[in-house]
This record gives sequence, structure tokens and C-alpha cells, in this order.
Amino acid sequence: MSTTLSIEHLTIGLPQGADRPFAVEDVSMSIEKGEILCVVGESGSGKSMTANALMGLLPPGVSVKAGRAMFEARDVLRLPEAEKQALRGASTAMIFQEPMTALNPLMRIGDQIAEVFAAHDRFTQSERREKALALIREVQLPDPEKIIRAYPFQLSGGQRQRAMIAMALALEPKLLIADEPTTALDVTTQAQILKLILDLREKRGMAVMFITHDFGVVAEIADRVIVMREGRVVERGAAAEVLGNPQHEYTKRLLDAIPTGTLPDARQLSATPALEIKGLRKIYRTGGGLFKPVREVRAVDDVSLTVARGEVLGLVGESGSGKSTLGRTAVRLVTPDGGQVLVGGTDLAALSDEDLRKQRHKVQMVFQDPYASLNPRQRIMGAITDGPITRGIPRKEAEARARELLEIVGLGADAASRFPHEFSGGQRQRIGIARALAMDPELIIADEAVSALDVSIQAQVLDLLRELREKLELSILFITHDLRVAAQLCDRIAVMQKGKLVEIGTVHEIFLSPQQDYTRQLLAAVPGADWEQQRTASA
Amino acid sequence: MSMWKRFSSNIGAMVGVLLLLTVIFIAIFAPLLFSHDPWQMVQRPFLAPFTMQALPLGTDTLGRDVAAQLAYGARVSLLVGLVSTLVALLIGVPLGALAGFYGGYVDEGAMRFTEFFQTIPNFALAIVLVAIFEPTLASITLAIAIVSWPPVARLVRAEVMSVRKREFVDAATLAGLSKPRILVRQVLPNTVSPIIVMASLMVATAILLESSLSFLGLGDPNAMSWGYMIGAARTVIRSSWWLSFFPGIAIVITVLALNLIGEGLNDALNPHLSRKGKA
Repeated sequence: MSTTLSIEHLTIGLPQGADRPFAVEDVSMSIEKGEILCVVGESGSGKSMTANALMGLLPPGVSVKAGRAMFEARDVLRLPEAEKQALRGASTAMIFQEPMTALNPLMRIGDQIAEVFAAHDRFTQSERREKALALIREVQLPDPEKIIRAYPFQLSGGQRQRAMIAMALALEPKLLIADEPTTALDVTTQAQILKLILDLREKRGMAVMFITHDFGVVAEIADRVIVMREGRVVERGAAAEVLGNPQHEYTKRLLDAIPTGTLPDARQLSATPALEIKGLRKIYRTGGGLFKPVREVRAVDDVSLTVARGEVLGLVGESGSGKSTLGRTAVRLVTPDGGQVLVGGTDLAALSDEDLRKQRHKVQMVFQDPYASLNPRQRIMGAITDGPITRGIPRKEAEARARELLEIVGLGADAASRFPHEFSGGQRQRIGIARALAMDPELIIADEAVSALDVSIQAQVLDLLRELREKLELSILFITHDLRVAAQLCDRIAVMQKGKLVEIGTVHEIFLSPQQDYTRQLLAAVPGADWEQQRTASA
Repeated sequence: MSMWKRFSSNIGAMVGVLLLLTVIFIAIFAPLLFSHDPWQMVQRPFLAPFTMQALPLGTDTLGRDVAAQLAYGARVSLLVGLVSTLVALLIGVPLGALAGFYGGYVDEGAMRFTEFFQTIPNFALAIVLVAIFEPTLASITLAIAIVSWPPVARLVRAEVMSVRKREFVDAATLAGLSKPRILVRQVLPNTVSPIIVMASLMVATAILLESSLSFLGLGDPNAMSWGYMIGAARTVIRSSWWLSFFPGIAIVITVLALNLIGEGLNDALNPHLSRKGKA
């Protein structure tokens, strides 16, 4: 085999005032022809910077300080801009995490693919169209004749990513750089895209540098793995070797932090319900005018479920399944079109605005985005005590309780006087949990509360939730798209699809003997499922 | 980096601050700098500048001290600029905030009302308003405020609409806070930066508007202003250039200073949007 790309002692400097002097420090790696190299690391590990340096896409202020990257006997880091430009697309191509923002929203898919040829002055107009059509077929988009004339917004997330891949493949690059290409996708779509990349590698023999944070994905597709941390390579080797027998402490920690398929022991649940949802319906209507019919989306379609006191119920589904709408309806951030939401005997769905405000404290929510869920201009103390004080608890008491809660979630009482920007994502999520607890709720709804976090941080927050569940007898409705996470924390799991409740049962029932096809599909699509089974078996 | 650090490292903005401070200084200490009234005749008319030490900028058509007129004019310009901007903010911010936060009919109503003002050309409306009221400092200020609040309302509305969708607003709702309280305590503080930037630029526009009004003879007859000076010197512009040149320069410097400051504030408050090349 011949080496496609070899990076030697790459060092990338960050601008002054950054949290460390180098984004990437003394990193070496090589990719053989037809090989998939996975670069794994948490956010801030420098994995994306490495890729951007190769493509000449470093942000202003960031520059290559040392090292070289040999590609086709040339150092791509030192090429003049014109030559870099000729190289991009033709010999090296890149696909990104967010296919919606990476595609031009005002250009038809076919034109965008044809533009790649145009940019490199290849072929005539009609040939370009032919080629584009062939590529669309190759990435297995349905109905190519129609797709070629479609705009990005008319495609689903997975289809957009396929279109991106088609663009990247247009000029038959020798090296494909994929920067978290499946992170924004649903599990079933992710599985398809991974398979597509594997197929294409097989057919075209190109080298793939695959950047990811997900060891499940690594287990699916990697030939070799490089683990990065804070800009340095901490471990490298064949995929099976690194996954099965990690040498470095950090790799071990990362692997341990991955939610395993190991199911927790079933717990005895109390009979009193904390939350009862009966026949809940929410329909979103869009459009509609003189000549257009109203488009209806049944976001939540006649769903009934209960969460027992002290129980954690996982609500699992892909995007668009209505799980978030269900959660937001349960706290009545969204008013349902029908059905009941009973919390401790009161029907939240039927209360007037003023009465509802007095009952708000009964159900609290932990949000997905740790950066948007705290007011950047309010100190932590204010964020936590606003609610209790409004409820009529004396300020002194509320503040003492807030400090206590900050201790409980592992931040320390002195966090109270600081502003949100001083905390990391994981810490902010702890603050969000403390804020929810401050209201003494009967139920907490966690909407993708750990999805935005790195695996190791995710594990810590899950540990915290588990601990709180024991200590405070919390009832939690835990909304997630990640079955592995749900398995770790939940007593029972409810699976939703297109607004309907497909299946509900204990974790053991859902994982070991799923009754519905859709549940089986979801379980099969979890990346690295086989590898995990081996891991669990050997553990 | 803190906002002040970013602001003070911006050379253009610091030049702006320096220029503006100079103008403010002259305006405040005008009575001490010049012992005579700006309306008082002190020498023969049309005295060219730099000919007499006591009257460095010469005299106007009636023999009044141009330098004194400039200093007193600064008071009017700055006062009208600041006060009219404040009044415009007082109208625009609440209206925009309510429209953006409550949406629906409130939004429709407020925005149609705003558009009603936006469809009339600013300057024409200002002239009409001043002509209807007696031209006094107060009526001029009010007229300028009335023509300049609609952009504020639109800006605040857009900002509030985007902040309102963030999760911390949901969190505040769940904490049982009332809607008005969420608007005032949670949403509005997050819209302050663009409002500050816009306000600094509005002061500049207001100064220009006031000058234009006085140029047309619609200024307060009892207040010396830069626009009035240019207007009065219009007929002798070819023989006595300095009579319109110096007040013109004063307007340019003041407006430039405010624009520099506004731009500096914008870069300092929204570091992610600031122009590239300074990273």
C-alpha cells in the first residue's frame, strides 16, 4: 500500500489570549490508500484544526507554526494559495457536520455539484449535468432526476449529507476528510451514511480521514485510530487494538465513559404516579391561504403514559418524533390541543395562565443547550433563586438553599456569585439541574440534557442524575435520541415515532426483547452495537 | 477580553472619544472662554480669520465673534442631539419590546403604527412639526425625536424576538415569573448592546437634522447654532468663506467623532461580528 497523506510534526499556533498556546502540537499521522483513519477526541482536542489546516481553512489568527503534510509529494501546508485552491476539491475533499449550512440554500443540488466541475474547468455544460446525475445515483439518493432540481431545504438531513458527499466525490479525490459528518443525524440515518462511506471507500479506494467524538462510530468504520487530547496524540493504533486494549489512561477513561449496553438492575417502582399523561394531542398547522391547504403535523398524537414517583422514564425517538413537543407540553411551554397532563392531581393542560404560573414549580425542566439555557447577564444566584423568591420563599432562605444545591450538584457554593460565561458546558448543565431542583418539583423533564456534552462530561452528569435520583427520590422524564444513554439511567423506556407512542416497557424488555419493528431498527442502528456486545460480554 | 479593554484598544474609537470630549469641554466652558455674548457685535463685519489675536476666527456679517458663536453652537448641537436621542429611545424601546415579546395583535398594531411614521420622509415631517409648533429648542428636539424613533422600535423588536426564543426565557417561564418581569429582567438586558451602538449613531444624525433645520431658518431664534451660522453665511459664501467653513468643520468633527465611537462600541460589544484582521 502507498501512503496518501503523511503529516509530520504538525504544530498549529493559536492567537494570544487563547487558553493554550498551540491548538495542535507535534502531531504526526499517515493515511494509506484506501484506509479509514479515525481521529477521535473531545471538543477542543484539536482534531478539527488538523483537518482545517490540511484544507487551508484555518480561521484568522491561527497559523501553522511547524511541521509539514506531504500529499502527492508536495507539502500542502506551504503551497501558494492558487495551488491550494486547485488541490481542494480535485485531490482532497471535505464534508462537514452540518449539511444544511454547508450547502448553498439558494442553489439547486444539481447545480451545486456541477459547480465543482466548473470551478476546476472540467467538461462541458451537458457533461457536467450527466456527471452530477451519476454522482447522485452513486450516493444512493432516491429519484435522482428530481433531486438534481431540488433545493437543499427540500431534502432531509441524511439526504443533504449524501448530496455533500456527492459534491466531495465529484473529482474523485484521493483523500476525503469527514469532520463529524454524522453527528447531526439520527441513528438510523447515521448508520446509512456510515455504510455509504464504507462502500465508497471500497469502490474508489480513497483514503478517508474521519473525525469523530463517538467511539461507536469508530468501531463501525475505522481501520486505524488516533486519539487526541488538548492538541496532542495520546494513542494510536489499529482500531481493534485501541478499542479492545487501550494503553493510555485517557483512552481508557473515554472508553469507560461511553454508556455501555450494560443494563442497570431493575428497581422496585412506587405505585403513585408523579406524572400522568392521558390522550395528549398537539397538532402544528402551517401555511394555509386562499389556494393552499393547511399543512398539519401531528407532533403528539394521542399519547398516554405515566411516570411513577421516583422513576426515570426514558423517552426515545428520532428527530421529528414529537418527543420534545411532548416534554414541552408536559411543562406547558406548549399548550396541547387535547388530553390531560396530571401532576399530583392537577391538570396542567387545563389551567388558566395565572393559575398555571402558581403551579409552575411542580414540573421543572433541564434544557439541551447549556449555552442558551442560562441568561448571560444574570449571576448564577439570581438564576437559581428567581423562581423560589417568586413563589414567596424569603430571599435569605432561597439563597441558602441555592448554595446548598450548588454543593449538591458538585460546583461549590462560591459559584453563586459568578456569571454563566465563567463555566464550561458540563458545569452549566449542573447549574441547570440545581435551578430545577430549587423549585422542589414533583417531576423534572430533561430534554436532551446530556446530548450537547462530551462523553466524559456526559458520564459525570449522568452519574450526578443517578445519585440525585437515589438521594432525593426524583421522578424524571428523560428525553433523548441516544438509546445507550437511556439504558444507563432509565427504569422504563418509551419509544416514539411520528408523534405516536410505539412501545413502552422496562429497559430490559426494550433492549432484550423489543416487540416492535421500529424499536428493533433503532437498536440495530446504534453505532458499534456489535462491538459493544463483545465489550459487555467480556466485562 | 473585557468590553472596555477592547474599546480602548481601538484607535479610531479613542480618537472619537478625544474629539467628542473636546467639543463637550468647549460647550460647557463657552461662557468662561468667551467673555462676550455670541450675538454681540465686537468688531467690524467680515473680519478675516487669523488677522486679530483676540478674534482668531474673524467676525461675521454683523461683526460678531465667529469663535464664540461656534462654542455656543456646540451647546445647542450636543443638547439637541442627546435629548432627542433619549426621547426617541423612550418611545422606541418600549414599543419595540412589547411588539417583539407579545407578538400577535400587539405586534401588528405597534408595527403598523411604526410604519405610519416610516412612510413619511424624516426631514419633511420634522419641518412640518417644527413649523406647526413654535420653533424653540424644546419643539425642535421633540420633532427630531418623533422622526427618529421608528428604527429603534424595529431594532428592539428584532432583538427581543430572537432573545425570547432562547432557552433561558423558557426556564424563567417555568420558574413562574410573570411575562412583564421576564421581558424587563431577562430579555431586555440582552438587547442593550445594539441599542447602545444605535443610540451613539443617532446622536450624530440628530445633530445633522438640527443643523439642517436651522440652516432653513427653522431653528430656535434665541439659540446660536451651527446650522444657523451656515444658513446666514450662505449669501456671502464666495466673499467670506470662513463664515460657513468653520461651522461646517465643527459639524463634521462632531458627527465623525460620534460615528467613530459608535463603530468602536459595536466592535467592542459584538466581538464576534467585528471586522476581520484584528484577531
